Amino acid sequence: MNIRNRIARTALLALMILIFTSCSQKEESSESSVQDPTSQETSLRETAKSMDEPVYGDALVEGSIGDASNLIPMLSSDSSSHAITGLVYNGLVKYDKDINLVGDLAEKWNISEDGTVIDFHLREGVKWHDGAPFTAEDALFTYKVMIDPQTPTAYGDDFLQVRNAELIDPYIMRVTYKRPFAPALASWGMGVVPKHLLEGKDIIQSPLARNPVGTGPYKFERWITGREIVLRANPDYFEGRPYISESKTRIIPDSATMFLELDAGGIDLMGLTPIQYTRQTISEDWKRRFNKYSYLASAYTYLGYNLLDSKFKDKRVRQAISYAVNKQEIIDGVLLGLGEPASGPFKPGTWPYNPNIKPYEYNPERAKELLREAGWEDTDGDGLLDKDGEPFRFTILTNQGNESRQKTGIIIQYSLKAIGIEVQVRTIEWAAFLKEFVDKKKFEAVILGWTIPPDPDLFDVWHSSKSRPGELNFISYRNEEVDRLIEKSRYTFDREVRKECLYKIQEILAEDQPYAFLYVPQALVAVSSRIRGIEPAPLGISYNRIEWYVPANEQKYKIAY
Amino acid sequence: MWVYLLKRLLAMIPLLIGITLISFLVIQLAPGSPVDLQTEMNPKASPEARARLEKLYGLDKPLHVQYFLWLSRMLRLDFGRSFSTDARPVADKILERLPITILINVLSLALILAAAVPIGIVSAVRPNSLFDKSTTVFVFIGFATPTFWLALLCMMFFGVHLGWLPISGISSYNADQMGDLAWLWDRTRHLILPVLISAFGGLAGFSRYMRFNMLEVIGQDYITTARAKGLSEMRVILKHALRNALMPVITILGLSVPGLIGGSVIFESIFAIPGMGQLFYQSVMARDYPVIMGALVIGAVLTLVGNLLADVSYALVDPRIRAGR
Repeated sequence: MNIRNRIARTALLALMILIFTSCSQKEESSESSVQDPTSQETSLRETAKSMDEPVYGDALVEGSIGDASNLIPMLSSDSSSHAITGLVYNGLVKYDKDINLVGDLAEKWNISEDGTVIDFHLREGVKWHDGAPFTAEDALFTYKVMIDPQTPTAYGDDFLQVRNAELIDPYIMRVTYKRPFAPALASWGMGVVPKHLLEGKDIIQSPLARNPVGTGPYKFERWITGREIVLRANPDYFEGRPYISESKTRIIPDSATMFLELDAGGIDLMGLTPIQYTRQTISEDWKRRFNKYSYLASAYTYLGYNLLDSKFKDKRVRQAISYAVNKQEIIDGVLLGLGEPASGPFKPGTWPYNPNIKPYEYNPERAKELLREAGWEDTDGDGLLDKDGEPFRFTILTNQGNESRQKTGIIIQYSLKAIGIEVQVRTIEWAAFLKEFVDKKKFEAVILGWTIPPDPDLFDVWHSSKSRPGELNFISYRNEEVDRLIEKSRYTFDREVRKECLYKIQEILAEDQPYAFLYVPQALVAVSSRIRGIEPAPLGISYNRIEWYVPANEQKYKIAY
Repeated sequence: MWVYLLKRLLAMIPLLIGITLISFLVIQLAPGSPVDLQTEMNPKASPEARARLEKLYGLDKPLHVQYFLWLSRMLRLDFGRSFSTDARPVADKILERLPITILINVLSLALILAAAVPIGIVSAVRPNSLFDKSTTVFVFIGFATPTFWLALLCMMFFGVHLGWLPISGISSYNADQMGDLAWLWDRTRHLILPVLISAFGGLAGFSRYMRFNMLEVIGQDYITTARAKGLSEMRVILKHALRNALMPVITILGLSVPGLIGGSVIFESIFAIPGMGQLFYQSVMARDYPVIMGALVIGAVLTLVGNLLADVSYALVDPRIRAGR
């Protein structure tokens, strides 16, 4: 298989941002996640059949929990919209299957010695879906849209770091930064929008929101609100026409219904829950009709403490809780074993991940010892630790509608009871949870999750300047050494320097335990066995989607196209 | 009569304004704003970006100003644009979802009437008979069964196991290429389960109501008179009793008018039907004020109009009420 055909924009866009996985059951198992060790439930039969010649035709029907909102890439922030725009648009860069940045609409780029100037050399001969030629004018226009205060985008900030952007040639764009900025390159994965259709118009009211025109492998065909979005293979795609002629996304808000649809053949691809993966899809019939894939998702779940709370100021207390919580028990109980213990904010197996740091092992004796050192002892014999007459009690908050987080909370509650800490678990509706508790720092501890973006910038979550109300360092973590290392790592393009800084940060976080890092779940996907050419890689399975095909004798939908 | 109608219509205006004012305030009381939900926990969204969005949506103005701006747009029948990232006109978003919701609700209401009226009559004619008791049990099972559970069971049985009916959605893959008849059949097949299941839950109320009315009417003197005249029992029941027993049903139908545009979010989610229930639920979760207000206004207007229609038609069919005024 040649490597020019890689579609990674979906993943790039979805992961460029650290969005909270508010309904992580779905998102953790979303197939755009990235992974490392891959396991694939395919038999020799599959290998034998993959000798089939790829042919054009057929359709791939996917299920999606939510409808898309806006198909102009910078205007939407939901994963349903990004899944579609990822197939319709291209960025200048994208991630390849091993999570390295490679060119997309940009053939190559040069970074100046001092790291402040990037020259993007763009592909020539690329056409928009309406036939107009793509040039650097479009890339420059996209940049202008991103920094226009009239554009309601959540992704503008990386582009505000640009001091100047200009064209030196119809196919070369030069971008100058105020200083070297490592997340900059990845930010150019933002889908490039057509200047000739948007210039001088109000982007908010543009018809492109519902009729996108891009340069990507699939052309937009139709969108029936709340029902389906249909895309058609782009015969002129610069990496070659995708084999599968039609890509259809059906909106099915109920996950039980979606699973029945999968069983009945109404959809071909969906993310599975651990119970569906391990129990409900293991019959011979299922194995014949579907291939299942699992890989480590780019997300982790954690228990975060409010560090302004006097109970959690002492790092020995936080370390003690990490020792007292049995991560493997959580993984077995909540994920049915389909996950790995987390040791820090990066995904095992990726370049920023420091393999020397081991997750805290389960050791309740060590936990009690640390708590005793910190002054917590059961002096009145009621089974609860106390200090200065105050018993050790706290409440863990988590958001409603995320079953795995609630279960995690209950297991933690049980584990901590064993060492003399009383925990309550409360679930609160998402908006109220953020507004009334997290933003106002009115919490003791929370169970939440982060997605792990391919570009390892820790600034927003861990830098002490980001702990104002409403910002992401809501636990108020403050460590000058970490601050310094974060800054150093983001203002250089030298990967070795970055890696060194990030390794060191992980050591400090492991010692400080501002979060109890809990687990990284597996992404679980089932795909109809008639779809061939899927090759799981660290980025997931969808990166080579234009190479997927259905052998002629197995095609299900007759599409004369 | 016309004066009465005019009075009623005029009285609706302050009522409507009151409803919108209260709705507007109650939504604002819910924690979180549309901007929060779009930017919270998103590291790439700065406070500046948030302020920009707020200004764009007009949320930086004081509450009463926001309300009057909304009201003045409303008077010009402008529902505004949605705060969600699609920024589409609210009227479009509601209009594209109304037909399917109304279709399912009308079909289901018709089915309920068609089943509940005969059940009620027969039960009333032979109260405490085996039929009466068994239908009572049946309709209350329908009333007590959780819709989502029944729906999933039916989907598994008819959709996966037997493969007779589609599981969800309202059309098949290639529905747009089908001929008219095939298309109609396809649509019908998709609607069978949703309509049957939603009607099943509504049987109890109507059939009990019908039974009660009928029992009441049968005990009246004029029924005894009719029987004394020697009319056949069939004629007594269907002509004399039924017509009077049906009258209160008009009231219920009038009150059902706003229900026709409302949908159940659980029901619609399970069957993947893009109706009003889902739209309203999503807009509440996203604090999409213009859409919430739009749906509430339409609901309020329909409720008031439904009440009015019920009162007026009641007066039209019942001479006693006309005479009494």
